[in-house]
Amino acid sequence: MNVILDIRNLTRTHGQGEQAVHALRGVDLAVPAGELVAVMGPSGSGKSTLLTCAGGLDQPTSGEVLVDGNDLATLSRNAVAALRRRRIGYVFQDFNLIPALTAAENVALPLELDGTRSRTAHKYAEAALAEVAIGDLADRFPDDMSGGQRQRVAIARAIVGERRLLLADEPTGALDSETGEAVLQLLRDRCDQHGIAGVLVTHDARHAAWADRVVYLRDGVLVGQSGPLSDADALLQESH
Amino acid sequence: MSIKHGLLALLREGPKYGYQLRGEFEAATGATWPLNIGQVYTTLTRLERDGLVRAASGEAEADGRSMYEITDAGQDELAKWFETPVTRESRPRDELAIKLALALSVPGVDVSAVVQRQRMATMQSLQELTRLKRGGGEISWLLVLESMIFGAEAEIRWLDHCEAMLLRHRTAGTTRTAGTTPAAATTRVASDQGRTAGVGETSSTTDVPDQQEHHTGAKK
Repeated sequence: MNVILDIRNLTRTHGQGEQAVHALRGVDLAVPAGELVAVMGPSGSGKSTLLTCAGGLDQPTSGEVLVDGNDLATLSRNAVAALRRRRIGYVFQDFNLIPALTAAENVALPLELDGTRSRTAHKYAEAALAEVAIGDLADRFPDDMSGGQRQRVAIARAIVGERRLLLADEPTGALDSETGEAVLQLLRDRCDQHGIAGVLVTHDARHAAWADRVVYLRDGVLVGQSGPLSDADALLQESH
Repeated sequence: MSIKHGLLALLREGPKYGYQLRGEFEAATGATWPLNIGQVYTTLTRLERDGLVRAASGEAEADGRSMYEITDAGQDELAKWFETPVTRESRPRDELAIKLALALSVPGVDVSAVVQRQRMATMQSLQELTRLKRGGGEISWLLVLESMIFGAEAEIRWLDHCEAMLLRHRTAGTTRTAGTTPAAATTRVASDQGRTAGVGETSSTTDVPDQQEHHTGAKK
């Protein structure tokens, strides 16, 4: 089993002494290639902290985070930044697109920041947009798009190039339920067909149910898990 | 809903044999409601007794059973069924509500653990239903599936709500000693419980007065 995201005994504490807030308290989570894991839990349970630590946007107080075999704590800041640009894709609730750039330019941006030549980056960007079924909107600006279309651009940006890990924080939060389901379908397909490991933070059970596995966080501790579904188990056993 | 109305609905299309009705019933509900042939014949016999169906002319099955057709009275009964909304009585969730209510009143039961276990079990069903939905199919089947998905989703939301209520309820005693107004906290809990029948009521009659008596000065 090819584990893409490996979180071991992760602790994240904000502040010190009596003021200390324990956002995460000893979380273990391994996500292999091709698996989509949903993280649920009440607000303040540590869901988003887990995601930012997994993506190298925040540093653990203790414990380890390995992405595609790289222990983030042992990498230099530049190396973590490079890993984020090349291997990790993020999708946020509010899309975080740059309004002054077209859809294609938004998607090409992480590649260009990573030193890919502009023409090549744009070719990748157009392919990624086509994969999320909005290839015809490449030259459109975010303001001229619907919420669902903007989230597709954000997903294209998160999968462009050779990403291995897709992290999504409430990606359907700003969308109506039908558009939200279409976004889940997209995330699901990426994991099924491209062997990406996905972690989805959501408070919506209907959307979490698209995942192979749902884990439940409370007060910074994983307190429950449902799945993987029986068929997935059978498949795993066959491949061993 | 009864099998009775399901069979009447299918017979409206024309006379049918028992085995045919069974197959069509299962196809219409995506096999979420498996029927055995015995149930079909028992129901047909009762419908015939009540004058809602009758034996139709035509060839009998090998076992001597004939085709059935719907009567005018049957048509009326079916029309009435479609016109009448389904009541929300005796639903499976009631067992869960009763279980939680009892968990609150029986000493030594970890209610949060009961809620959490149920949440993950319902989540697992929701995942399985979602996988079935991804497989697609006839529109009638997808409608039935969505109904079950909405049901599971609502149950999870209700469990979240119960958990939040329990938390507020528990802190109501301690906030009082921490200096906030006890009346406001208690009223809030009580009014929430008033909106959700069953579960909350048990706790309001047992725990709240208890906490107010014993928590005084517990936390400084």
